[in-house]
Parts: sequence; structure tokens; C-alpha cells
Amino acid sequence: MVNKIAESTAAAIADIKDGATILVGGFGTAGLPFALVDALIDHGARDLVIVSNNAGNGDTGLAALLKAKRVRKIICSFPRQTDSWVFDGLYRAGEIELEVVPQGNLAERMRAAGAGIGAFYCPTGYGTLLAGDRETRSINGRDYVLEFPIHGDFALIKALKGDRWGNLVYRKTARNFGPVMAMAAKVAIAQVDEVVELGALDPESVVTPGIFIQRVVAVGMQAAKVA
Amino acid sequence: MQKLNREQIAARVAQDIPDGAYVNLGIGLPTMVANTISDEREIILHTENGLLGMGPAPAKGAEDWDLINAGKQAVTALPGASYFHHADSFSMMRGGHLDICVLGAFQVSHMGDLANWHTGAADAIPAVGGAMDLAIGAKRTWVMMEHVTKEGHHKLVKTCTYPLTGKACVSRIYTDLAVIDVTPRGFEAIELIAGLDFDELVRLTGAPILDARQKIAA
Repeated sequence: MVNKIAESTAAAIADIKDGATILVGGFGTAGLPFALVDALIDHGARDLVIVSNNAGNGDTGLAALLKAKRVRKIICSFPRQTDSWVFDGLYRAGEIELEVVPQGNLAERMRAAGAGIGAFYCPTGYGTLLAGDRETRSINGRDYVLEFPIHGDFALIKALKGDRWGNLVYRKTARNFGPVMAMAAKVAIAQVDEVVELGALDPESVVTPGIFIQRVVAVGMQAAKVA
Repeated sequence: MQKLNREQIAARVAQDIPDGAYVNLGIGLPTMVANTISDEREIILHTENGLLGMGPAPAKGAEDWDLINAGKQAVTALPGASYFHHADSFSMMRGGHLDICVLGAFQVSHMGDLANWHTGAADAIPAVGGAMDLAIGAKRTWVMMEHVTKEGHHKLVKTCTYPLTGKACVSRIYTDLAVIDVTPRGFEAIELIAGLDFDELVRLTGAPILDARQKIAA
């Protein structure tokens, strides 16, 4: 019997090793898998590379992981926010490495990883600092930058409901990076408000098909926090 | 001469958005455009974190923090709205499906180069979000901003001195003084506020600008 349900968040993330690259869902706090990140802090893995849209809000979630000095490098689109004081302090002290990636490139590079694409030409960022010294090419009169996939060892994402095959549905704009991160990681772990019986999710409405998910853990209703 | 205030610039932008358009309003000043679109008009707002059919802010106390805009403010979803993930959301932009994107700016060059994401200051923490994707993605990229900085420096320039967000991507600029098209000939003013001399606009613009008001009237 296929059963991807993990009995606890601790069990779900137990094999994350030091130095792992972890894709963490969320846009601000919407869709941020707080329960899994808390479990990761307790677990103690360090020297991590985190890929996430932001670099932590307030003192919880990713900010708490950063504060615990577990993160060597963060790849994100928008680290600087009004409540990113934990990241700001570490960055200014030279204690964390930052790679800024345009938001759509971040999503597409993960999608490419999940879709088996070796690299792709993308117009975003052409002629800017963020194109770096990557290869460029003009195609039909438009200029593109060669972008490479971002693969994760693990993905930690948040969904509304999941079943034991790993099928997921999300809630509103909390969906954000979840589906692409699930595709892009070797091991994708979803915290869900509720685990439902196989067949309870309408196949027409499944957003992430279970093939992209390795573990599901129920954490109960966890409302997003004020951003 | 009375410069337009921010609400008036927003209302002027809204006037040019056709019914049925798919529109993304950037963080900051452009979000004010939504408030000036009258209820009888149907314009479909996109927010890059994964919603088409974005509605106004909810009543205080009715916020749902799973339902936010790109500025991480609580919003609502109108009947007909749809949710989607980030790769789809940015395909809507990069793939040229959005009709109009309205952005704020530090500087715009007469070639249509846009600078709006980074001051380049040594101590600034770089953060780009969706700015670069938005700049180059929509069918038309419009900028709304004050014509000059608070200190009186030019924002319409020959060459951007701030780091670029996108090259040759801006097609029109709405300022507190004028509406300006970016064309192969450079800046062309198509509308000036009442009481403003064209010569004064030329002085306040850091690159050559042509008077194209007759062309529009003709």
C-alpha cells in the first residue's frame, strides 16, 4: 500500500543532512510551512542552502532558522522587507551568503529542474546586474540570458489538504511556490491542514499530483500570520 | 500651474486602461490606480503571487492572510477570480499575456530603459522581487512617477545612473506634469497639464523631448 503520510513533522524531515539545499515554500508568510521549519530547527541540520522567495519575516519561520545560524546561503528574490531584521543583521555582518534572483526566474528555474530542462533562455534580467556574466543570445530580435535549473535535495511546502498518495490542493494565494518546488526536489514534504481519504480529492481539482510528493504530514489548521 | 497629486496621476492612468484589459499594478504608487477605476468598468487585475481577478482590500477584521497581493497586503478575490502557482503567474507576464503593467520608477531613459529596483548604494540590500519580470513581460509597460525628484533632479534621463531593471521596456510615462510616450525618436510629450509651458517641461526633462500634442489632436 502506498502511504506517504508521515506520523510527525520530526519524522518527515529526519533525514535532512547538513549542507542540504532546501526549497521552502511561501510568499511572505502565506504558504510558509511553519511547522516543518520549526521541526527543521529542532532537528539541527546546519550549513543549509535555502531557496525561498523571501529571507524571513519577523522572528518566526525562516527568520528563526536564520537566527539559529543554520543557513549558509539563501537564494531568493526579495530579502529586504520591513520585518526582515534577522536576515538584514546576518547579511550586514557577513554571516550569510545571498543570491538575488528575479521572482519569475526563481519559479521557472525550479520548474525547469522539475521538468528535466537542462537550461533555458529567458528575457528577464537581460542587460541588468542580475544577468551576471551568463551567456546571452538574440533570438528573433529579442535578447535572452541563459538560466539554469535550481534543484532541491528537499522541498518543504504547505498545502490545505493531502491524501496518502501525496495529491495536494492548496488555499488561495498560499499556493504560490508550492507546486514548482514539489517538482524540483528529490524529496518533497508537504505539511497539510488535513489528511483526507484517498478519493476525497476531486481528480479534476488536484493541483499537485502525488507523483511529485514523497511525504505528507498533517499539522492541523495553521492560519497564515499577518505579513 | 497646479501639478497633479498622486491620486490625480493614478486617475489619469486609469483613464487609458481599456475595459477588459488584464493589468498588473506594481507595488507602491501604481496600486492607487485600482482605487480610481469606476465600478461599472471591468478590468482584470493580476497579482504576481498568484491571483487574477483581484478585488479591493477587505474590511478591517475580515483579512485572510492566505489571500494577499504582491505587497503582502490583504486583498479579496472577485467572482471569476482564479488562483495559480508562480511558474504560471510569471508565464502570464513573460509570455506577453498581460496587456498592461504599471510600475513606479527611479529613472526612465529616452530609450525606454527602466531603473526601479535598486539604488546601487553600497549598504543597500538588493531585493528585486518581480520587478524585472514585470518590466519586460507585459504587452505595454507604463511608468507612473513624479517628473523630477524631491530634490529637483531629473528622472527622465538620457542614461539611467541607477542599476537597470529592464532595457527598452517602457512605452509610456505618466507624471505629475505630462503624459510622455517613449518612441524610436525618444521622448514625445502627448499631454501637458494646464498652465505648463512646453519649454518648462523641456527644462525639467533630462533628455531631448518632442512636442507631440498636435500629432495626437490631428
